[in-house]
Amino acid sequence: MTQLESDIDALVDEFDLMDDWEQRYRYLIEMGQALAPLGETEYCDANKVKGCVSQVWLVLDDQDGRLIVRGDSDAHIVKGLVALMERLYSGRSPQDALSIDPKAVLGRIGLAEHLSPQRSNGLASMVQRIRAEAQAAA
Amino acid sequence: MNALSKPQAGFDPYAAREQFPILKRDVNGKPLIYLDSAASAQKPEAVIEAVADVWRGSYANVHRGLHTLANEATAAFENARATIGRFIGAERSEEIVLTKGATDAINLVASSIGQTLEEGDEVILSQMEHHSNIVPWHFLRERKGVVIKWAPVTEDGRIDLEAYEALFSVRTRFVSLVHMSNVLGTLNPATRLAEIAHAHGVPIMFDGTQSAVHSHIDVAELGCDFFAFTGHKLYGPNGVGVLYAAGDWLNRLAPYQGGGEMIAEVSEDGVVYADAPHKFEAGTPAIAEVIGLGAAIEWLTAQDRVAIHAHELSLLDRMMAGLDEFDDVRVLGTAQEKGGIVSFVMENAHAHDLAQLMDKYGVAVRAGHHCAHPLMKRYGVTATVRASIALYNTAEDVDAFLEALKKARSFLI
Repeated sequence: MTQLESDIDALVDEFDLMDDWEQRYRYLIEMGQALAPLGETEYCDANKVKGCVSQVWLVLDDQDGRLIVRGDSDAHIVKGLVALMERLYSGRSPQDALSIDPKAVLGRIGLAEHLSPQRSNGLASMVQRIRAEAQAAA
Repeated sequence: MNALSKPQAGFDPYAAREQFPILKRDVNGKPLIYLDSAASAQKPEAVIEAVADVWRGSYANVHRGLHTLANEATAAFENARATIGRFIGAERSEEIVLTKGATDAINLVASSIGQTLEEGDEVILSQMEHHSNIVPWHFLRERKGVVIKWAPVTEDGRIDLEAYEALFSVRTRFVSLVHMSNVLGTLNPATRLAEIAHAHGVPIMFDGTQSAVHSHIDVAELGCDFFAFTGHKLYGPNGVGVLYAAGDWLNRLAPYQGGGEMIAEVSEDGVVYADAPHKFEAGTPAIAEVIGLGAAIEWLTAQDRVAIHAHELSLLDRMMAGLDEFDDVRVLGTAQEKGGIVSFVMENAHAHDLAQLMDKYGVAVRAGHHCAHPLMKRYGVTATVRASIALYNTAEDVDAFLEALKKARSFLI
């Protein structure tokens, strides 16, 4: 099993401990609350994610060939989704990042509804941005 | 309404609910609590059947037809226009233009009035307008140098009448105001607003999108020159709206869009337009939807609207009292003259989080700026949660809403 696969399994295991949607949502929101805030200048238009009804900022960096994902949002649930993306993508090689199927992962942790294009939470835009960054670095 | 049907006295929301098939469904495993009717209302069987009947039984393109179906469809279509006219107290059916919606109706007026405006001419709007009554006027600002003046909104959510009156100048050419705010629920004093405009010799339009649903409309009593509203919030179909234009306004205005249906004669050298209202109805209209709106109005007016209004206000009171129990909730719009639309913010909780979580409990509310950026700015917020009441809502709905809000809050605070 690769590092990526075991990381995803660990994430799925954490959510499997939750009995119902209420606990899963609470856990997601807690993940968001644990995010470190961005630097003051990073809350800029260039980092804003479009297609989201709340405000979302995403900062993508490359550190020694590894993708670094950081972000924030003014809404709790979306902030949790940012944390989930950070958990999923940050520290990966571009190749690993591109191999992730976010829809499958969200399905496995019972949050698939968030990645439907009808949801205006910007998660689809976030994923698109991260994948474009990985593509450029690959 | 035909002459024989008299409204039934009293109103039973539980019986009314039975006529709305969608309200029987579940959402996320919970019974649907629909409190988003200000965005779009659900449809009663009478409307669903009326639309289906057109398609099943007497559908053809309207006007100038020489065959039976075309004549039947035209008669039903024009009958709906007459019903719509009576509903708002228009003197003649010719004062009613059938549009795609309220947005289309307002664009029509802005565009046609706009042709007569010059750089420096002024138009008065209020801070509580929906974008549909802002952007068409911004077009005139961008294209012709028309100046938009803004009537301010008081803290409790009313148009400041004194400040409104002070906006008039010799360059004021038009006033366009919302009758009932889609965010605050405030019912503006239309008659007074129109009197002030007319005292300055300026015509006035009301955006009656919400007020047509929640209050009795008599355009003569309002004294307005134009009144716009939409069908889909009035328990009718999407894709149909109404522009009322008083007296000979329609004859004085240039047409909006060009095409079939709106002409008397077309040659290589010129056009002779059809008479109003057809001059403003280019292209094939939304035939079944117009007839459906007629059916919605007949269905609504066959009921005791005074009792419906009282029912909606009692739910509003229940909701406001319930929200008052939350120390961290602030309701925007607390004016005396208010209908069943409640917008609020909760400290440290984003409106979108609340709406998303409430949806998990089966409660449908709207969160966002509600197409009213200037109003959001006025109150210093970026988004609110909005719960809106329709005739099919019940006290149980309001209680479920309050319960869901309490639960949603527990996730966030």
